[in-house]
Amino acid sequence: MAAPSVVVVGAGQGGTETAAALRSRGFSGRITLIGAEDALPYQRPPLSKGYLTGSTPADELPLRPRSFFEAQDVELITGTPVTAIDPGDRRITLAGDGGRRVRLRYDHLVLATGARPRVLPVPGASLSGVHTLRDLRDAVALRAELRPGAHLLVVGGGFVGLELASTARLLGLEVTVVESGARVMGRSVSAALAEHLADRHRAHGTRVMTRRELVALHGDDTGRVRVAELDGAERVRADVVVMGVGVLPRTELAADADLPVGDGVLVNATLRTADPAVHAIGDCARFPSPYAGRPLRLESVQNASDQARCVAAAICGTPEPYTAVPWFWTEQCGLRVQLAGITAGHDRTVVSGDVASGRFSVFCFTGERLVGTESVNRPADHMITRRLLAERTASALPGPAEVCRPGFDLKEYQRVRSAG
Amino acid sequence: MPKITYRSPDGTDTVVDVASPCTVMRGAKLHNIDGIEAQCGGSAQCGTCHVYVDDANTLPLPPMHEVEDDVLYGTASPRRETSRLSCQLPVTDAMDGLLVHLPEAQS
Ligand SMILES: Cc1cc2nc3c(=O)[nH]c(=O)nc-3n(C[C@H](O)[C@H](O)[C@H](O)COP(=O)(O)OP(=O)(O)OC[C@H]3O[C@@H](n4cnc5c(N)ncnc54)[C@H](O)[C@@H]3O)c2cc1C
Ligand code: FES
Repeated sequence: MAAPSVVVVGAGQGGTETAAALRSRGFSGRITLIGAEDALPYQRPPLSKGYLTGSTPADELPLRPRSFFEAQDVELITGTPVTAIDPGDRRITLAGDGGRRVRLRYDHLVLATGARPRVLPVPGASLSGVHTLRDLRDAVALRAELRPGAHLLVVGGGFVGLELASTARLLGLEVTVVESGARVMGRSVSAALAEHLADRHRAHGTRVMTRRELVALHGDDTGRVRVAELDGAERVRADVVVMGVGVLPRTELAADADLPVGDGVLVNATLRTADPAVHAIGDCARFPSPYAGRPLRLESVQNASDQARCVAAAICGTPEPYTAVPWFWTEQCGLRVQLAGITAGHDRTVVSGDVASGRFSVFCFTGERLVGTESVNRPADHMITRRLLAERTASALPGPAEVCRPGFDLKEYQRVRSAG
Repeated sequence: MPKITYRSPDGTDTVVDVASPCTVMRGAKLHNIDGIEAQCGGSAQCGTCHVYVDDANTLPLPPMHEVEDDVLYGTASPRRETSRLSCQLPVTDAMDGLLVHLPEAQS
């Protein structure tokens, strides 16, 4: 029997790592990696950080060099969206040259289609100068408009929006962030971290407004945005606007093929959809997480990369539940912010370190159990938490009383544990 | 151009020319060397570009900064005296002939 063939839809972080992980496991069948974008598969994190300032040159963005795809015999098809899946026939349809439709057979299909940015349907949302930031193309367009002295309005105080605010200040723009919630970064981080970051952004010269809504955008007679109107009829100058109000998982292909979806393509613990031949990973997948005790969708490089490896194992005939510890990093106002575990739903926090000097960790607990750590310029706390959570037993973890003790240090805790 | 040798856990050596400016991490990525993940792309955030510098190394390496030291607290394979983050090792001409050992696991 011929080796099975794998088609991966979406040549981003997860899709590219799936192809790589299959080959490093010795998978010898055909691998076709199909992406809608033209560029060689690339890393997104620099798009809101170093790519905009120039500290990450464009040639450092690709996840792998072009030679990788040739050397590993991965057929990379770029600039070509997949338009349909036919699970009955195990075929996908892609838009070929000149409107021709091409069908491709698979034994295993991996959906790694990522997510698209949400856009607030306010009047003026389609004026020129109004951006979203997800793809390289978005970053190229935005970069051309981030001129010193210009006024940038960031709508939404999430990770991407705040990173962008920080980067734009470095570039000499006047920056306003408008967040409709009570605090920045929504419910994904503790109040302690959210407040610290908002303060840092203010000290960095950014105007951060919470509990405020964007009502409309107004342009000049060339159709370019100039002014943002907030609730209460307040008007804010806005030469450039970026909507950073979250993303929607790209689930259309799965939904059209009658695979179950609901804020993500629904998969089981081994990342398989309702169809045994189809897996979904990364930003587009909703999976049961042992760290949350419920299904969730994560948007991180870690999640897309580790899920890619998990799916490669399953395709190679050794399925294992996905149990990698979730973690995330963000860089804002010169701070190194790292999150380990799933902290949403925590009911108690203990802050360790020195908040005033910007070197601390927020240990988040649900009851007595440590569910995660948010570290600001404390990489060891972050790294050790990842290791401790990976053991997945309560006995590995320090309790709140222990973390509260004066002089508590996770390095020391870990040292004593490994010695004992 | 400096030559860097990457030795995989099974003992296989891959020798590549790494043009500076480039780190030992990027050298591995550009030459498709398996065994370095580098999830964070080189910003000393992930700890998945861990290498062991050869015990017998006498070539000059940059000193380890505090952040690198801290990140090495949580590597997937055990930390040793010789552990470094390969993204924090910019390649210089003086590093010609460097041998690094790839760990069993990065994540
Ligand atoms: C600006 C920005 C900054 C970020 N910073 C960080 C960070 O600091 N740390 C962190 O951990 N994470 C960060 N992330 C998140 C991280 O980049 C994503 O979680 C990760 O890229 C998800 O990988 P993925 O493979 O699921 O999706 P993606 O990388 O988005 O790839 C999906 C690909 O599929 C393609 N596609 C979609 N539909 C089709 C179709 N029908 N046919 C063909 N191709 C299709 C898309 O065009 C896209 O190229 C950031 C994201 C952004 C946008
Ligand atoms: S690449 Fe992430 S720490 Fe080196």
